[in-house]
Amino acid sequence: MTVLNRYPTWKNLLVVAVLLIGLVFALPNVFGDDPAVQISLETTQPLDDVTVVRVEGVLQQAEIPHEAAYLHEGRVLVRFQNVEQQLKAVDLLREDLGPGYVVALTLAPRTPGWLRALGLRPMSLGLDLRGGVYFLYEVDMEAAINQALDRYESDFRSMLREERIRYASVRHDGRDVVMVLRSQEDMSAAEALVRDADPDLVVQTSATANEYQVRVRLSEDQIRQRQDFAIQQNTVTLRNRVNELGVAEPVVQRQGVDRIVVQLPGVQDPAQAERVLGATATLEFRLVDENNNPFEAKSRGRAPLGSKLYQRRDGTPVLLKRDIIVSGDQLTDASAGFSEGQPAVFVDLDAKGARKMGETTRQNLNKGMAVVFIEQKRESVERGGETVEVTKVEEEVISVATIRGVFSSSFMITGLDPVEARDLALLLRAGSLAAPIYKVEERTIGPSLGQDNIDKGMLAVVIGFVLVVVFMAIYYRVFGLVANLALLANLVLIIALLSMLQASLTLPGIAGIVLTTGMAVDANVLIFERIREELKNGNSPQASIQAGYEKAFSSIADANITTLIAAIVLFTFGTGPIRGFAVTLSLGILTSMFTAIVGTRAVVNLIYGARRVKRLAI
Amino acid sequence: MEFLSKTTHIDFLGKRRLAMILSGVLILLSLAALAGRGLNFGIEFTGGVVIEAGFPGAADLTAIRSGLEEAGIPKAVVQNFGSSRDVVIQLEAEDSAVGGDIRDQVMAVLRDLDGEVTLRRVEFVGPQVGEELAEAGGLATLFALLMILAYVAFRFQWKFAVGAVAALVHDVIITLGFFAALHLPFDLAVLAAILAVIGYSLNDTIVVFDRIRENLLRIRKADTVEVMNQSMNQMLARTLMTSGTTMLVLLALFIFGGEAIHGFSVALIVGVAVGTYSSIFVASPTALALDVSATDLMPPQKEESEVDALP
Repeated sequence: MTVLNRYPTWKNLLVVAVLLIGLVFALPNVFGDDPAVQISLETTQPLDDVTVVRVEGVLQQAEIPHEAAYLHEGRVLVRFQNVEQQLKAVDLLREDLGPGYVVALTLAPRTPGWLRALGLRPMSLGLDLRGGVYFLYEVDMEAAINQALDRYESDFRSMLREERIRYASVRHDGRDVVMVLRSQEDMSAAEALVRDADPDLVVQTSATANEYQVRVRLSEDQIRQRQDFAIQQNTVTLRNRVNELGVAEPVVQRQGVDRIVVQLPGVQDPAQAERVLGATATLEFRLVDENNNPFEAKSRGRAPLGSKLYQRRDGTPVLLKRDIIVSGDQLTDASAGFSEGQPAVFVDLDAKGARKMGETTRQNLNKGMAVVFIEQKRESVERGGETVEVTKVEEEVISVATIRGVFSSSFMITGLDPVEARDLALLLRAGSLAAPIYKVEERTIGPSLGQDNIDKGMLAVVIGFVLVVVFMAIYYRVFGLVANLALLANLVLIIALLSMLQASLTLPGIAGIVLTTGMAVDANVLIFERIREELKNGNSPQASIQAGYEKAFSSIADANITTLIAAIVLFTFGTGPIRGFAVTLSLGILTSMFTAIVGTRAVVNLIYGARRVKRLAI
Repeated sequence: MEFLSKTTHIDFLGKRRLAMILSGVLILLSLAALAGRGLNFGIEFTGGVVIEAGFPGAADLTAIRSGLEEAGIPKAVVQNFGSSRDVVIQLEAEDSAVGGDIRDQVMAVLRDLDGEVTLRRVEFVGPQVGEELAEAGGLATLFALLMILAYVAFRFQWKFAVGAVAALVHDVIITLGFFAALHLPFDLAVLAAILAVIGYSLNDTIVVFDRIRENLLRIRKADTVEVMNQSMNQMLARTLMTSGTTMLVLLALFIFGGEAIHGFSVALIVGVAVGTYSSIFVASPTALALDVSATDLMPPQKEESEVDALP
């Protein structure tokens, strides 16, 4: 007869190994956090030990004690005993390191060096637990397309001029750019020109008695490319702006077709963050139309062909050529300063922009050039009884200067007050947004609420856990104690997995853990009830244990798989907080299957297996 | 210790008519509440702004209300949240088009009342995002039900699957009805709880079905009603035990988990209670009404044509 209820050595070893690995991975979570300062380069290039030494030197000189300073993933982390020291240090370091470095407040785990060396980290906490700001931005795709059309319009006009093709007008009509020409030949020439310039464009011609039209439309592919570009460019820009804010471990990520998520852990003032992130200020350089009278145009309410009516800051009208010489996205660097006692922004252009600027200034010496300051704002407007949101573009001319000489890549702009100059330089440096964005969701959790959530969540976990443990021990005696061991192991494994995956733990996530604790018991209840039944049917203790585990298995598997299905659906459809719940629920189901079936069996076998047992303490 | 030291012999199915009436009444009441009062959707679904602020002492709600009104923010709902010092201010979707500005305006009003006030939480959801979340939520519930229907049909048999899903729909409707009747706020966390209820209730149902299947195949002489009753009695101890422990942790969550997950724990408490009931009184009776029997569970006979095809 085979010996009942003895696990082969490998199975026992497996249980021990899984538990040990779980314990090691869960270990970093017991040390807690210290207030810390994180230093990184704006360029996100990794820092080295030289910076660590420098930082330590600065702190030593100012007699600010610190717990530890070390490199972590190319960034320098300095931990402090209390927030007071941390705040003093952050001011000092910002001053000392100067621009180019991002110095941010953060919390750093008090994990000992040897654990860090193994690459082990504690669970990362979600924003609802550690405090911070979450923004969801939507990119205005229509505006992105319109910008592209504007550029085509201006390109076509200069192309026609260069080829000496006479045209009545070039304008855009919905999503089409329409060229109106004066003869059949001109129309064909224009059509050929457009096809030649960009073969992907969709070109249609139509001729009536005295109007010859070429209609140009972006192909579906081009629209998609344009939108992809807009969202990618915006993601980069937002990332740069977040760096300017000085935030530790920020997240800037594309979500879906037209949205960008920004998460700023630890940020306490959403208003300030939003001002910098959402700003849309940019510049355009245009030539002044000197052949027409701007006052006349204003009174007529219409600009002459090829020109656009603008206002200067003092309210006087000015006419500018429709063609943009250079726009904000062609700037490579900007800094604020003073020139002849006036605030100024010094800018550098990229190669393409510089070429265009050089050409334009050479051809237009002694003519006027204007700098247009553009800001996009979102407003809600009543339209047909419904409130709709529209993007309103505010454009004003901040300066008009006469071109005195040829310049290309570097020059300066005046006409702003010092604060505007500083903000504009910051925004230009971080890159302008390729298309306007607007906020569709915000979640801000203050630090006190985050701590409250942690405390309450943990309290609920502990109390729920203790209640179940006591109940199980009373109800199933020795077997109950075994199940309790499994519950504890399950908790350790969930924490280990969360630390391993670096999935962030949220408040719903804690709820998920609490719920799995309740449900993890179920597997053991099923097994133990079955064992009791078998005993009642007059089976021997050993046979009852064997049968209990065997027969309960299919029920446990079915029940857990169906719950897993629900959890996976939750994960797929859910966003942020819900996902946290789905993750811990799924992990909990998987780990509880292991601990409740394999784990308890190993212990039960150890206690009762392979020997004569008269009765079971169940 | 044992609550049921002897296997019980309760005639559950004998009371199925009574249960049907009870479930019917509860469902009708729930539907009436859903149609009448409707769910008190949180801003996550409707769009809007919620601002939570903490005062150093007890907050003066009247002063806050009049302060907001003076500042041109009239339709704000101002309530205490958890304690007398914490205040939640809720604004509807149409007022929230410029979410950032509203937050700053409200905080300015509160700061005028008490300089020590701290911003604890802001949630702004644009109307469009709200609509999407609501849609995704509905879709998730439907999808979860379909997936589960498919799994149970595959593992058992379609009559069981229909019984299981009937019990799930029953649970979801009554839990939703409970929230509508008491006008409790229905937010994303509650939706998550409802999906967890689906998982839980099914867990219960499956375990009973599993035993019914086992017994149907083993005890061929007895009729289906008898086998079902016997199976449910055998599983009664387990059902009560599991529901009991789950309830324990849920109560811990409800009492100690804080305001933020109140709705979540309430939904689960109601759902688990209803789910336990339905796994006994809805799922099996439905399968029975569909005339489930041992032959449904036999492996399918080889078809004639296949046999003929052999040489």
